[in-house]
Amino acid sequence: MGDIIKGETGDWEIVMGLEVHAQITSKSKLFSGAATNFGGDPNEQVSLVDAAMPGMLPVLNAECVRQGVRTGLALKAQINKRSVFARKNYFYADLPQGYQISQYEEPVVGEGEVQIDLADGTSKSIGIERLHLEQDAGKSLHDQHPSKSYIDLNRSGVALMEIVSKPDMRSADEATAYVNKLRSIVRYIGSCDGNMAEGSMRADVNISVRKAGEPMGTRTELKNLNSVRFIRQAIEIEAKRQVKVIEGGGEITQETRLFDPTKGETRSMRSKEDAHDYRYFPDPDLLPLELEDAFIDECLKSLPELPDEKKARFMADYGLGAYDAGVLVADQETAAYFEEAAKAAGDAKLAANWITVELFGRLNKAGTDLGDSPISAKQIGELIGLIKDDTISGKIAKDVFDEMFETSKDPGVIVEEKGLKQITDTGAIESIVDDIIANNEGQVSAYRGGKTGLLGWFVGQVMKQTQGKANPGVVNKLLKDKLDG
Amino acid sequence: MALDKQTVAKVAHLARIRVEEDELETLAGEMNSIIGWVEQLGEVDTDGVEPMTSAVDLKLRLREDAITDGDYPDRVLKNGPSTEMHFYVVPKVVE
Repeated sequence: MGDIIKGETGDWEIVMGLEVHAQITSKSKLFSGAATNFGGDPNEQVSLVDAAMPGMLPVLNAECVRQGVRTGLALKAQINKRSVFARKNYFYADLPQGYQISQYEEPVVGEGEVQIDLADGTSKSIGIERLHLEQDAGKSLHDQHPSKSYIDLNRSGVALMEIVSKPDMRSADEATAYVNKLRSIVRYIGSCDGNMAEGSMRADVNISVRKAGEPMGTRTELKNLNSVRFIRQAIEIEAKRQVKVIEGGGEITQETRLFDPTKGETRSMRSKEDAHDYRYFPDPDLLPLELEDAFIDECLKSLPELPDEKKARFMADYGLGAYDAGVLVADQETAAYFEEAAKAAGDAKLAANWITVELFGRLNKAGTDLGDSPISAKQIGELIGLIKDDTISGKIAKDVFDEMFETSKDPGVIVEEKGLKQITDTGAIESIVDDIIANNEGQVSAYRGGKTGLLGWFVGQVMKQTQGKANPGVVNKLLKDKLDG
Repeated sequence: MALDKQTVAKVAHLARIRVEEDELETLAGEMNSIIGWVEQLGEVDTDGVEPMTSAVDLKLRLREDAITDGDYPDRVLKNGPSTEMHFYVVPKVVE
C-alpha cells in the first residue's frame, strides 16, 4: 500500500527510487592493496594510489568483481560480460584524485528485481536498474577545529557496489522493506556485512510526489541516510515538504538535500550545485572488464540458498505463514536457529511462534539479539516437547521460559527443580474440583442459573490451588461435567 | 560546437582553475580551435566500428585480494601543506 499525503488540494502519492551503497567485503581496496578494516588510525590504511600521488595506477581487485557479480546474480540481474570503468569528476577535499572511479554507461550488472515482504504478508517486486562498482571517498571531520576540516583517507578507494532501483516504491514501508531485503541478501551471500552503523551500507533516496495517475513530479535526492529509521523519517518529512511547496504555488527544484535528524528537516546542499556536472569519461588507466561464462557460472554455483528460496521452503515444508517465514529468513543465523528448534521440537509452527513472539520479545526488551541468546535452539525444542507431551501447560511454559532466559538452564531441569510438572492425574484434580464445588454454593447456583461465564472463575480457583499445574483441559472437562451434570 | 566565454568560465570553475575575466576570450578561441581540429575526425565513416578504449591489445589485469600496501601515514602525508595528528588539514568544508 502506498502512503497517501492528504494535501489541501487532494491526495498525493509518493514515488521513490533508491541508490544503495554497499561496501564490498574484501581485505584490500578496489584498486589498491591497502587494508579496508573499520576503525584504523587516520591515514594508516592508505596507499599512494588511494592518496592519488602522481604516476600511481589502479589495479582492479578480483574479489570485488566476484562479489559484485554474485550480488547481481542474487538480485536475478543481467550480468554484463563487458563493462567499463569511468571517471566521475568532482572537486572535494576527501577525493584526492579529483574524480571517483565508477561505472557509467556500461555497468557490470544490469536489470534485475527484488521481492520485498510487507507487514501485511504481501510481497511486491521492486525493479533493479543496475549495480556498478565504484570507489568510496575519504572522510572529513569538521568538529576538530573552528575553521579547518580534517581529512582521513582510510576509506578512500574502498570498494562499493552502488545498487540503483527503479522508481517503484510508493511508501516509507516499502523503501525500508527494500533496504532490509537488500541487506538480508548481501549478508546471506557475504558480499557486504550490511552494518549501517559503521557505514557499510547507506542509501540515497530519490523522491517526488504526484496526484494519482499524473506524470512523475520533479524529484529531489536525499543523500547518505545511514539507518533504516532515518530513511523512514527523511521520506516522511521530504514528501510533506514537497506537497506544501507545490500547493503553496511553488515548484520543486531538482537538487540534493541533506536530512538533519536533530532538526527534523531536509535542506538544500548548496555545495553540490555543480555536482551533477560530472563529465564522465572512460578511465584511460583501466581497460574494459571482460567476464568469462565460466567465471559467472562459478559465481552462481557459489550462492547459498537465498532468502526468498528459504522463505518458500519454510512455507512449503513447515507450513509457516508468509509473514513468519519472512521474519525467520531475514538472516541466516535466525533461519538456522529456527530449523534446529523445529527439529528438536517436532513441531515447526510452535517453534516459529515461540521464537518470533517469546524469544524475540525478550531479546528485544533486553536490547540484545539472537547471537547472544541465553536460550539455545535445542532448549526451545525441548520446552515445546514438554508442552506437547503434557508435562507442563502452555502457561507454565512461559514461566519456565522466563527462567531459561535468566539462567540458561535446560527446561527439563527447571521443571524438575521447581516441581512444575502438570497434574494430569484426573483423580487428584477431581478431588480439588469437588472441594471447590462444595465450598462455593453461591457461585454454583449462579452458574446453573445461566451465568456460565463463571466457568472461568472455577478454573481459576483450581489453578490457584494447584499453583497453575493442573492440566487445563482436564480441569475444564471435569468442571463442566460436574457443574452441568 | 563552439564554446562561449561563459562555458569556459564554468569549465574552469569545475576544475578549480582560476581564470581572470580578460583571459576568457583568448581561452575560448584556443579551445574552439582545438575542438575544431579534433572534429575533423567526424569526417571519417565509423558506422559499425566499436569505440577503441585502448591502443594496446591487452586484457584487464586483476589483482588478488591481499593487503600489500599502506601502513605508512608519514609518507602519505609528507606533501600535505598542512597536517595534524596524521590528518590532512584543509579549509573548512561543511554542509
